Amino acid sequence: MKEIERYAQFLKDESEADSTELQGGAMNSFPLTEQVLKVCQANSLWPLTFGLACCAIEMMAAGMARIDMARYGAEVFRPSARQCDLLIVSGTVTKKMAPALMTLYEQMPYPKWVIAMGNCAISGGPFKVEDNYNVIEGVDRLIPVDVYVPGCPPRPEALIEGILKLQEKIAGKRHPWPQRKMKDAVKVHPIP
Amino acid sequence: MDTMQLSFYDVLRMVIAFVLIVSLVFINAIIMGYMERKMAAKIQRRWGPMEVGFQGWLQLILDGVKIIAKQLIVPKDADRTLFRMAPLLAFTPVVLPFLVLPFSKSLFGRDINLGLIFIIAVSSINVLSIFVAGWASNNKYSMFGSIRSVSQNIAYEIPILLSLLSVVLVTHTYSMQGIVAAQGSIWFCLVQPVACIIYLISATAETNRAPFDLPEAESELTAGYHTEYSGFGFSLFVIAEYANMFTVCAVATVLFFGGWHGPFSGEYLGALWFLLKVFLLMLIMVWVRWTYPRVRFDQLMNLAWKYLIPFSLVNLLLTALIVKCI
Repeated sequence: MKEIERYAQFLKDESEADSTELQGGAMNSFPLTEQVLKVCQANSLWPLTFGLACCAIEMMAAGMARIDMARYGAEVFRPSARQCDLLIVSGTVTKKMAPALMTLYEQMPYPKWVIAMGNCAISGGPFKVEDNYNVIEGVDRLIPVDVYVPGCPPRPEALIEGILKLQEKIAGKRHPWPQRKMKDAVKVHPIP
Repeated sequence: MDTMQLSFYDVLRMVIAFVLIVSLVFINAIIMGYMERKMAAKIQRRWGPMEVGFQGWLQLILDGVKIIAKQLIVPKDADRTLFRMAPLLAFTPVVLPFLVLPFSKSLFGRDINLGLIFIIAVSSINVLSIFVAGWASNNKYSMFGSIRSVSQNIAYEIPILLSLLSVVLVTHTYSMQGIVAAQGSIWFCLVQPVACIIYLISATAETNRAPFDLPEAESELTAGYHTEYSGFGFSLFVIAEYANMFTVCAVATVLFFGGWHGPFSGEYLGALWFLLKVFLLMLIMVWVRWTYPRVRFDQLMNLAWKYLIPFSLVNLLLTALIVKCI
């Protein structure tokens, strides 16, 4: 398929490019700056306003009052791909959507991360049948994926857990900033 | 040519004022970004940033560090020089009006006798920068956003000027300190209530804030004129927007809400009253943004040309008549 060749070309280009330049440039050449930068990146992941299917409804719920992504600094949904760090692939990727999705990913500036949310984005989900003619079976055939959030659709809590996992992947620690532990669910963040 | 000679003291004063003002612009962006996110959260019954520092007050600093480290993308078909220049062009003119703002009786950069005209003249360069950004990006969304911004700003400059002129007719001076000094007994928002309301509406439109944020309407135009800007170019636009908000709110404070006047406002303590009034006005702008939906473009133009401009003209004529008769 054309898109899979495009992904192979993208991976080849990326491996040939200067990796330090893409991951923050000269700021990575000092050990302490790198650490500080990683903590900052982990705590301000701006997602792209990009919903594909029913998982997008759960993504919106994750930004709303009960489960608030804003607590982790991840509520700034930027409409333009140039200004965001995180691509949440929330839903079924059809063959018609695939080129647009890849263009959006390629338009994002480095450093960038991807969360595949829901079974459809992970493996094709309920559409992975013999007669399937239009659904990409797993978005990781098109773009590199950092965190997989399973579920059909996953609950908003699962998306928050995915974001925490991504923070762990970026900064190397589960809570890069000393965060509140959810010891007492009543006292911590009651709904205003 | 005596007036052209600057003493060493004057030059030193200008340099110190400029350094303080640039830092005020950045601190203002940090405070307002945080307040905007927190107030949006409160209005939507959320918590907003919570985890980084007490109540998430470090969030904007972390965002700033992250955004500096982002890759800077210049699109292939863009005009490279203009594309790089536009954020600087947006940022520079919004710093200049701070030089003539009277923070308190003795705390100001320079009190020139055409202060108000200077502020209006300099802050209209911002429109040019938005147009340059939209043009240089070579992107249809950016272009639409900048065209909208230009027509909107041209329409709303007129009621702003007319409503400010009706205050100047009362005070007989363009100097910012002179206008503040004239409000010792009564604030001009009580003397000129129509001008005050017209100015506040037009100022919201002039700074491209919701409900008049058509240049960056997210549902139609991706992100408007800064669609193609990544990293620090984008954040310079945001800093310029907040600084612009500060400028229009400071002008409103000086002209309508008594400037640095207030209890216990001595030579320098008046600055606290001034900043309090300015930030209260800015909070009202944020409140309006997260409460009202965006207007349609024809409604925006109708509001300016059919209502605000005639009302401000009538207000100006009435003021002139009354001033003449008294």
